[in-house]
Amino acid sequence: MIKKNKGNDKKQWFLYPANLRTKTIIIILISAIVIISIFIASTFIKDIPTHFINANQIPSFEHPFGTDWMGRDMFQRTIAGLGLSLMVGFIASAISTIISIILGLFSSFNRFADEAVAGVIDLFSSIPHIILIILVSIMFGGGVLGVIMGVGLTHWTPLSRVLRSEVKEIRTKEYIQLAENLGKNKIWIATKHILPLIVSQIIVGVILMFPHAIMHEAAITFLGFGLPPHQPAIGVILSESMNYLASGSWWLAFYPGMSLLIVVLLFDLIGENVEKLLNPETAQK
Amino acid sequence: MNKNQILKFFGYKLLRFVILMIAVAIFSFVLLDLSPIDPVSAYLKGTAVSESQRAILESYFGVNVPLTTKIYHWLVELMHANLGTSLVYRAPVTDVIIEKFSASAVLMALSWLLSGIFGFLIGIVAGKNKGSMIDKAVKVYCYAIQSAPPFWVGMLILMIFAIYLGWFPIGLGVPIGVKSTDATFIDWASRLVLPTLTLSLVGLAPIAMYTRNELIQVLSSDYVLFAKSRGEKGWDLIKNHGIRNILLPAVTLQFLSFSELFGGAVMVEQVFSYPGIGQTAVAAGLQNDVPLFLGIVVISAIFVFVGNLLADLSYYLINPRIKESEFSD
Repeated sequence: MIKKNKGNDKKQWFLYPANLRTKTIIIILISAIVIISIFIASTFIKDIPTHFINANQIPSFEHPFGTDWMGRDMFQRTIAGLGLSLMVGFIASAISTIISIILGLFSSFNRFADEAVAGVIDLFSSIPHIILIILVSIMFGGGVLGVIMGVGLTHWTPLSRVLRSEVKEIRTKEYIQLAENLGKNKIWIATKHILPLIVSQIIVGVILMFPHAIMHEAAITFLGFGLPPHQPAIGVILSESMNYLASGSWWLAFYPGMSLLIVVLLFDLIGENVEKLLNPETAQK
Repeated sequence: MNKNQILKFFGYKLLRFVILMIAVAIFSFVLLDLSPIDPVSAYLKGTAVSESQRAILESYFGVNVPLTTKIYHWLVELMHANLGTSLVYRAPVTDVIIEKFSASAVLMALSWLLSGIFGFLIGIVAGKNKGSMIDKAVKVYCYAIQSAPPFWVGMLILMIFAIYLGWFPIGLGVPIGVKSTDATFIDWASRLVLPTLTLSLVGLAPIAMYTRNELIQVLSSDYVLFAKSRGEKGWDLIKNHGIRNILLPAVTLQFLSFSELFGGAVMVEQVFSYPGIGQTAVAAGLQNDVPLFLGIVVISAIFVFVGNLLADLSYYLINPRIKESEFSD
């Protein structure tokens, strides 16, 4: 017994002996706090003062991310941009999730509905994602609405695919047959018998959808669709910094991109750990 | 495998292709028709014209024609490979797409090959040395690059190699003042290096992670334990039991990445101002060039379909275990 404990000591959490569940929850909490604090901080940033005296300064203690050509503090702009990205990502994920849940449950109705859902998924995944986003955002006439809809209406395919296969399996269960024989209608079965079983898939899917949505939002604003140039979105900041690359202002591009990368990584981390918690195979370790 | 099955397979795929293409064509057409773009204004770009001239243009662009008729005409013209005239380039869309796509095809093919080969090799090395520093470095790299926006990676590479070190030109397909037909091979090649490097660095992450995880799984299997007990070790063990098992799914996975490859090309071409299909798509989208954008949507859908078809083929035709059995699905 004692020997075994000694062997385990090395692997244990550095603060105190914790099992995987505690560790996972701590990781999730820390990541969530970072993301939420970025979001809250961004709401306080209204107008970033311009100081032309301080233009194009390299990163220092006063301006951790340097300043741009108008002397605006890049750290503030980056935080504001991340907040905007998080908001767009949040709305877009919400839209996508609703679509996937509806499609997933609709596929449970009958064979024809299932085939129809599969066809729609195939159609949406047959066009490269970025082209599809541009297409949808053009349809909504560009602007902020175009970006939100473009990102929101195109990110449901992976989750829908997962839900559809999950629903297909659940549908073969006996209690579904029983409920059908008892005369319950399809919608009742879908919401009472199928939806509760796919909730964990939906939660994980949503969290893993978030980073994609944020990245695509940055990509599409970088390409010039959507948000106007004075909005401090990450994509706008990066595309603006393209003009100053040749003059050696590396910090204008490096730090905002790096912050975006960290936020995306944090979301991935949360998603993976939540999946660990929800998956019964790994949750009890 | 007999001829019948092959015919059946291709017949099925052809049918799917036709249905999918019609769906994509109608879908994209309807979306763009619903958009607030006015084709006459997009054509005129603010030029002042009289009411009667505007009426002529409106009838030419079919502003008041019902949607169903427009879709029918669009599909008929699509069958004849006539995609209309681009408003930005003032040239037939097919010509523009062929020219731009061939430039992109070189870029995408090179990055596809490089990312596949290096991704696989890195994955093998990382999987073989599980838990070592190399493995950890590969894992960190793959996680980071998959979370990084591809255009940002492109900008970093541009900063390092083109501006800081000055080894490569900053952008454009050929030097300024030189016709594209007069450009030498070196001119072309030197401008291909950085976009290709970016796309390869981004593209190798998924394949490396996949190979690594699969190899670790194979190496912990019973038959590898048995092979080890027989005295096989080192590279031979990896080659005989690892690579043979992993290579085919990895190739399939790489074919399935055509969609991401195209998306990556769109962004990377924008960063390096490489005159390919991606940059053209962005220009067409920003300047409301509906015919050209529709053409690009159709072309990109064909491109993705070809990738999926090749993935299926590589799975069904090369894999010795499936060769014998029937084509399902």
